[in-house]
Amino acid sequence: MAGTFLDSTELVLNMGPQHPSTHGVLRVIVKLDGERVNGTECVIGYLHRGVEKIGENRTYTMFAPYVDRMDYVAAISNGLGYCLAVEKLLNVEATPRAQAIRVVLTELNRIASHLLWLGTHALDIGAITPLFYCMREREYTLNIFEKYCGARLTTHAFRIGGLQYETYDGFEKEVEDFCDLFLPKVDEYEELLTGNRIWRERLIGVGILNEADCKAYGVTGPMLRAAGCAWDIRKALPYSGYEKYDFEIPIRQNGDTYDRYMVRMAEMRQSVRIIRQAVAAIPEGPIMAKVPKIIKPPVGEAYVSIEAPKGELGYYILSDGTTQPYRLRVRPPSFVNLQSLDKMAKGSLVADLVAIIGTIDIVLGEVDR
Amino acid sequence: MPDDPKPEGPPAPESAPKPEAPQAPPAAAPPKPEAASPAPADKPAADTPAAAPVAAPPAPKPAAPPAKPAAPAAPKPPAVMVTTPWESDLTTALAAEFGPAIPEFLSYLGQSFLVAQTGALIPLLLTLKDDFGFDYLVDVTAVHWPQREQPFDVIYVLYSFSRNERIRIKLKINEAEKPASATAVYPTADWLEREVYDMFGIEFADHPNMTRILMPDDWSTFPLRKENNILNMDQKWVQANLGIESGQ
Repeated sequence: MAGTFLDSTELVLNMGPQHPSTHGVLRVIVKLDGERVNGTECVIGYLHRGVEKIGENRTYTMFAPYVDRMDYVAAISNGLGYCLAVEKLLNVEATPRAQAIRVVLTELNRIASHLLWLGTHALDIGAITPLFYCMREREYTLNIFEKYCGARLTTHAFRIGGLQYETYDGFEKEVEDFCDLFLPKVDEYEELLTGNRIWRERLIGVGILNEADCKAYGVTGPMLRAAGCAWDIRKALPYSGYEKYDFEIPIRQNGDTYDRYMVRMAEMRQSVRIIRQAVAAIPEGPIMAKVPKIIKPPVGEAYVSIEAPKGELGYYILSDGTTQPYRLRVRPPSFVNLQSLDKMAKGSLVADLVAIIGTIDIVLGEVDR
Repeated sequence: MPDDPKPEGPPAPESAPKPEAPQAPPAAAPPKPEAASPAPADKPAADTPAAAPVAAPPAPKPAAPPAKPAAPAAPKPPAVMVTTPWESDLTTALAAEFGPAIPEFLSYLGQSFLVAQTGALIPLLLTLKDDFGFDYLVDVTAVHWPQREQPFDVIYVLYSFSRNERIRIKLKINEAEKPASATAVYPTADWLEREVYDMFGIEFADHPNMTRILMPDDWSTFPLRKENNILNMDQKWVQANLGIESGQ
């Protein structure tokens, strides 16, 4: 190796599965040239529980709580997607009242999911304080879930055809109070981070994924919107009455880690906007559509997807006319988005890898299912 | 009593899951064993759906049922997917280009899908992507039909941002058949196809890394195949690697 001062060979570094910044049991094999990342390979499956197989062995009703265990920080979104998919097969629609309450709870859950992401992402990068602030506000949403259905994380809040529980006394007031309280808090997080020089230097230009790459890798959700594509299933293919609400799709142009942060912050504000409209106009009426006691969708298949906090969450269900799905496939946003890690991390510094993993916003329960 | 659960004339050959399901309309009126089990809520864990009606019951009352079953059987939903033809500018263009390679354009519950021949997959994907803007491969998955001659469906979900339209492509493949990998057209197919391989054992030709992704590398079975019971999946692996008697 004439001409080189020191002979350097590629170093293979194993990160995880037990590593605090991999947000669960993700193992990344990193190939390093000094501080530069030459390539990464994800080893996943440590949390695989065979959710799809379980789905084939449970009735439609029995399977509903299982979906909460995939993306456990956004369990309500998972439940919504599943209920919508089975309702599609049954060709029923939840009642207007149920739909409005579903929207309120799902958007609250989006805020909770983004808050957990923000806190841990900031922690990974070295800003410890935001975590406590985020957890503090997230607590309000979890308390609302707990009062509504008794559970805080794996809520099983929705039923096929609507809801099991009416809202509790003072639900609307509590949700509105939370909205009033929360918006200034978002400003508070932004004061801590958005203009912070360290934060900006750690994030701007790191882990760039442009719009074309996002589409090629099937990356959806805030990552796609940070790359300049204003695509949100709530607008593109509305469900649960989202077309009635006035809200914007926040987008940014650079597709780097900083823009993804900005998009998620803006999304929390938009969620508040949706919640306010929805909770102010929850119609009267039944909370459950006319759904048979034993759920037996006719022979057929459907793919239904929703805008989960992390991206497109889809359910492909194939019914053979019995009480159990013949095939139940979950299209998880975390799994697909994680695939773009190698593309984003190539050429970056090993210290930025932590920021890049954090910016994808993965939940390993959903990656591995 | 609406005595016609069957769809019009040619029920799409698409998905006839149970060969011995209540296909025959009035001819097989007599003691239908299947009608004696009102709701298969107690369907056994074994997941071959065909087993359910056959193994159903030695019904103890032989005389009364024959007359009755006809009536309750009537409102039963049909045993095949009641599809309607799918017609749009897209189907016209694809039919003109691919002809017999795409035998069916169907729609169910307002969702469109087409059945294509395995060999036509890559040209079809390229046409859809380049000419019609289907630039987002949403999902790749499969379904196992052990009783069928071609035991696997491979399903591609595609979305077009410009048309705001979602479609599905369905391939019917044989046990050893290797469909071409879509990774050259859509890089996202990499992990999705690996998962299909992991769960069903369907290999994709020219895939850059056709290995397991979620299950351990030395796992012996393909879990989502119907012959694998949810219990006792791979006890040998569990005993050898985890040092416990059973994973249950």
